[in-house]
Amino acid sequence: MTDRTHDDIPEAHVRVPRYSGSARVNHWIVAISFILLGLSGLALFHPSLFGLTVLFGGGQNARWLHPWLGIVLVVAFFGLFVRFVSQNLPERTDITWLARLRYALSAGGEDYLPEVGKYNAGQKFVFWSQTLLILVLLGSGLCLWQQGQDYLERTLGIHVSIETMRWAAVIHATAAVLTIIVFVIHVYSAIWVRGTIDAMTSGTVTGGWGWRHHRRWLRRKVREGDVDVEHSKGASGS
Amino acid sequence: MFPPLPNPDVSAQKPPLFGEQDLVRRSASRVPAPARQLTPVAKLIDVSKCIGCKACQAACLEWNDLREKVGVNRGVLDNPDDLTPDSLTVMRFTEWINPSTDTLEWLIRKDGCMHCAEPGCLEACPAPGAIVQYSNGIVDFIHENCIGCGYCIKGCPFNIPRISRVDNTAYKCTLCSDRIAVGQGPACQKACPTQAIVFGTKDEMKAWADLRIKDLKSRGFDKAGLYDPPGVSGTHVMYVLHHADQPHIYAGLPDNPRISPLVRAWKGAGKYAGLGLIALSVVAGVIHHLVQGPNRVTRHDEEEAERLAGDKP
Repeated sequence: MTDRTHDDIPEAHVRVPRYSGSARVNHWIVAISFILLGLSGLALFHPSLFGLTVLFGGGQNARWLHPWLGIVLVVAFFGLFVRFVSQNLPERTDITWLARLRYALSAGGEDYLPEVGKYNAGQKFVFWSQTLLILVLLGSGLCLWQQGQDYLERTLGIHVSIETMRWAAVIHATAAVLTIIVFVIHVYSAIWVRGTIDAMTSGTVTGGWGWRHHRRWLRRKVREGDVDVEHSKGASGS
Repeated sequence: MFPPLPNPDVSAQKPPLFGEQDLVRRSASRVPAPARQLTPVAKLIDVSKCIGCKACQAACLEWNDLREKVGVNRGVLDNPDDLTPDSLTVMRFTEWINPSTDTLEWLIRKDGCMHCAEPGCLEACPAPGAIVQYSNGIVDFIHENCIGCGYCIKGCPFNIPRISRVDNTAYKCTLCSDRIAVGQGPACQKACPTQAIVFGTKDEMKAWADLRIKDLKSRGFDKAGLYDPPGVSGTHVMYVLHHADQPHIYAGLPDNPRISPLVRAWKGAGKYAGLGLIALSVVAGVIHHLVQGPNRVTRHDEEEAERLAGDKP
């Protein structure tokens, strides 16, 4: 048990805006629908987890809600994709970062890593793998959506054969497991790297957080003048 | 003629011949081993004796109190043209030219649930108790437990279950489990005017089929045989086929039905592997945190940031 002294949480006089209000709302819609999808999906994934359906008011409800939640997630995730894609394009430094992954995974190892922009290679991995997995889940999920089959056939002329449905079931389950693992990585990283969750709650991070984890991004924000510097205690908070 | 089942004794209400205590399988759950083994029953459909009158379809609708919508004629006698949540059985008509004799043969097969000894629907079902199998071989859907996901459709090797758009649960032939429970045969069997459908114990039906096959062979159908596919450990609805070497000519009856390996992978080891991997990722996070401790911003970091921000006006 460490005492939460001032050394633990140093006073921050610089705060840097990281996510706008709309980006945060967008993110939390994705997050909530993802969790609900995970719970309703796992309920049908294994009999031992079927009890999770009580959270949705029974098996029938979990069954019909799941695909509609999926549609909500896909639309909301598309919003996140458009917002963040330009910051997630691969760069040369990502290779160096990944090559030194063991430093990235140890507290204080940042000194051995290249200065990173808004996102490091690990965050980019989460972004792109979730993008890909959500597309796979969407495609396979549509094939499994029994009540949507008539609609698919009538409007789009797509007939899904039973053999295709079987493939879709295997692919959907596999992609679901992978997307949950990436989700675990995402959530764990946000917890492990203290100060990160602020970015998605208050929308800002401390200057020190930027300096430690995203120095190139911090330099850009400072250059653009997009930082809040608290000059004296009396003037703050007005 | 196979001796028909006598009419029921209606003088006194008797308890059903089987029930929940006779379950050998229950979807997404376990059942205790039943105390007794019921005599396996079977329905035998002799394709060579069927005249395509559809009395079985009418009887099925009648007994189960179902009404089929007025459909569309697609130029063939199949009516309706596929199984539906209301039509649990349908006669499938095939005009087949026998290449060895160059004659037209009219093949009529009564389609419906085969009541597999190894039911793919039950294997795939995620809802506890929505699909059950009794020790007499009947596979039944319990609608109050069904969630309408349609996994049974993916699991079935015969393309039988249909999801109702009215109550979003799956429907298929019950083998008239309610009739059999009071000592009767299925409604379709009762209505069949030519004894193309007979019902009895599975052994009786196999013995009866042997006689029929002998008869067919004597009439020149030397490939006549019984359809009791081993890929699903046999079925409790069997066919006598005059061309048993090629079941697929009977409106696509599968030559070698079995539960798809995809379904096995999806419902079998894959589940445990998937849950294991998810658990592993969580455990890895916990261990990492215990070993590394939190990654905290230091006072030095904040000072550097202040210096950087302060440099700029």
